[in-house]
Amino acid sequence: MASNVTTPGAVEPKFWMGGIEPMKASYGKLMMWFFLISDTFTFSALLVAYGYQRFSFPAYSGEVADFVNSNLYWPIPEKVYAAVPFLHGVYLPLVFVGIMTFILIASSVTMVLAVEAGHRKDRATVEKYMLWTILGGFTFLGCQAWEWAHFIHGTDNGTLMTIMENGKMVEKTIFGANLTVNEYGPAAFADFFFFITGFHGTHVFSGVILNILIFFRVATGLYDKRGSYEMVEKVGLYWHFVDLVWVFVFTFFYLV
Amino acid sequence: MSAIVGAESIHEHAESHEHHHVSQNFWQKYIFSEDHKVIAKQYLITGIIWAVIGISMSVIFRIQLGMPDSNLSWLKPVLGQWISDSGKLDPNFYLALVTMHGTIMVFFVLTAGLSGTFSNFLIPLQIGARDMASGFMNMLSYWFFFLASIIMFGSIFLQTGPAAGGWVIYPPLSALPEAHPGSGMGMTLWLTSMAFFIVSQLLGGINYITTVINLRTRGMSFDRLPLTIWAFLITAVLGLISFPVLLSSVLLLIMDRHFGTSFYLSDIYINGEALPNVGGSPILFQHLFWFLGHPEVYIVLLPGLGITSEVIATNARKPIFGYRAMIASMLGIAFLAFIVWAHHMFVTGMNPFLGSVFMFLTLIIAVPSAVKGFNYITTLWRGNIVFTPGMLFSIGLVSLFVSGGLTGIILGNSALDIQLHDTYFVVAHFHLVMGAASAFGLFAGVYHWFPKMFGRMMNPTLGQLHFWLSFIGIYMVFIPMHYVGIAGFPRRYYQFTSYDFTHKFMDMNMFISIAAIFSFLAQFIFLWNFFYSIFKGKKAPKNPWRSNTLEWTTPVNVGHGNWEGEIPAVYRWSYDYSKPGAKEDFIPQNVPYSQTLESNLPHENELIATEKEIEAQNFNDQFKTAH
Repeated sequence: MASNVTTPGAVEPKFWMGGIEPMKASYGKLMMWFFLISDTFTFSALLVAYGYQRFSFPAYSGEVADFVNSNLYWPIPEKVYAAVPFLHGVYLPLVFVGIMTFILIASSVTMVLAVEAGHRKDRATVEKYMLWTILGGFTFLGCQAWEWAHFIHGTDNGTLMTIMENGKMVEKTIFGANLTVNEYGPAAFADFFFFITGFHGTHVFSGVILNILIFFRVATGLYDKRGSYEMVEKVGLYWHFVDLVWVFVFTFFYLV
Repeated sequence: MSAIVGAESIHEHAESHEHHHVSQNFWQKYIFSEDHKVIAKQYLITGIIWAVIGISMSVIFRIQLGMPDSNLSWLKPVLGQWISDSGKLDPNFYLALVTMHGTIMVFFVLTAGLSGTFSNFLIPLQIGARDMASGFMNMLSYWFFFLASIIMFGSIFLQTGPAAGGWVIYPPLSALPEAHPGSGMGMTLWLTSMAFFIVSQLLGGINYITTVINLRTRGMSFDRLPLTIWAFLITAVLGLISFPVLLSSVLLLIMDRHFGTSFYLSDIYINGEALPNVGGSPILFQHLFWFLGHPEVYIVLLPGLGITSEVIATNARKPIFGYRAMIASMLGIAFLAFIVWAHHMFVTGMNPFLGSVFMFLTLIIAVPSAVKGFNYITTLWRGNIVFTPGMLFSIGLVSLFVSGGLTGIILGNSALDIQLHDTYFVVAHFHLVMGAASAFGLFAGVYHWFPKMFGRMMNPTLGQLHFWLSFIGIYMVFIPMHYVGIAGFPRRYYQFTSYDFTHKFMDMNMFISIAAIFSFLAQFIFLWNFFYSIFKGKKAPKNPWRSNTLEWTTPVNVGHGNWEGEIPAVYRWSYDYSKPGAKEDFIPQNVPYSQTLESNLPHENELIATEKEIEAQNFNDQFKTAH
């Protein structure tokens, strides 16, 4: 883009009359913003669907201490997500997912630092913080893999449930979760958990791939040659977006 | 001084550009082209092919509905096993035809074919840009659409037939392969195709929006944009926001179909045996679908309205009436489009209070729509109207928009909609207001910009003939259809011979079918005119309609890069037609006020001072930097 090619002796433009990038946003950056708006609606639709389904089930009404899993009502999240690796059998509600969230937000902070260093064209610092961001992304994905594995594997005792099997109602003990049945609550509980966290995880994964690509191009000096580190800023926008979506997923699945 | 510097650099560029040009071979130039004009033509031709397929389907099921006893053996060479030995159309294939007709016409013809063609073609030309912001993404957008087309086309040839659950693909009909032969592989391909289609829309839409925002030429402020560009911009924003919601709902549907989840399924028995799915909600799908589905109506219609604004102002030789009101009403329609979706769902057992809220919001749409209608009529009022084919189709659009919109007010009332829901009244309503009206917008656009696309003129007499036959044909189809709907004919029924109340309307149904065939045949005039004129049409002058917008300042045969040399600067809006005192009855946008002192209004004389500012701005030339 030919920005800022003003002719000598030019009158300072008083109002914006086209041809100049509004708010100094290049078309590439605008494209990223509009993609993110679009993706916001993808996630919103999924989260609205989740809310719609969740409130069509009765909530658990008794004392929290007496809570037992059942497919007749929606589970209390902190009773479900209470495991931490290497601490088998210890009840630590939302501790692990808290750590995951912290890691992802920390990776957003390192991304901000990378973008800031990019503005100064400080290649070494950009490289350093991009690497930290990539590491944060992979760690988050690893945590999510463990979380899923634990969710699928289930608790030691399982839950005795009445479910439909081969066209008949049968009573049996369910361990863990799959897409048709789970020990924590109604089928929709696990369905939405897998779909939305999976969809978000796919976004994180593609974000990490993009970050690696950009890191590679920073390291080979492409952006120094080009004289602009704007690509770092663009993937930064995407990375912050993925982070922000996680905050909403976290709120709706784990907190409320 | 500035002009000299500019001219030099442009000259340099023009040379390097020409060099660039020579190196293109046939594949780069016509197939994998990144030139917005070629991509627009690709969209147009693909859209026309789809339209022929889609309308042919409607003719087949209209024959079935109007002449239920007729022998269709003559269709056996085309439809094969779908015609029984006794010459009857297969009832399952009838449902597939209805579904595919809807899908093809709404998405492939009137979304991709209409806004794909004219957004691509007109945005860079009318805002003064060399090309789209990203030519590569633009090319990808077309090829994703092409891939979606191939998959959808392939599904027609399946042994079990294409998707048949209606274009709205409500579960459980679409979710269970046992529900209908078309709900197996046919629906799988439908969903795959639409996923690619959504990707194509996203790539295209992002490009349109950023191009309009960032690549306008000097002086082309938002309040000087032609209304076509405003319409395409708003359309792109609508698509950008609503298609992802369809993507989400389609992804959840795919999970239900193939991975045993229960998002949309609950309490279903097949042959007396219960399915394990518990707790899902088919109504949830309808909510998600119509959150796309309703804005989609405006995605289809708004480009047509934008084209009409431009064509009517040009050919009435008058400024468009209420330029700012036109923009505001389009923005209003776009905003309201997102908060009225549940008026498609009045009969789903929705809370009646909620129904009345959606009814209220729906009826508000009548206000901006009426503003547009009145503005078109007022623009025509006492104009020196030139009845070119494009103008006729634009006026036809206004007529169809008004007469179809009126029944929209009827259907927006929940009390009336509960009576009329899923009858032919609804079919007649939306075919007039979004189907035929948008198709007329497409025709208007093709007739008007054909000289710019191909450098040749279409035959105006054939164009006028095409208009009158289409216009009369379409009203002959859809006005009687309202009566059939009020009489209680439900849509998507294979035949009506087994009910007593339908007997006395059989002749009316037959009339509708004959009118449909008549309108279908009239389109061949257009097809012949279109393809003949590409090669043999009269050579077009540079500005055949004496129009103001920037695309007519380009050479007759526009090369890659659009303008030879510098992109013109813009000093005025695009509607200075028949300005009192002016030498001619039009003043193009690139004529400065300092050259038209005889016709300037007092406030325009003050704008002469800003001309230096405009000229002092950068050239904003994409091709001047490496690309």
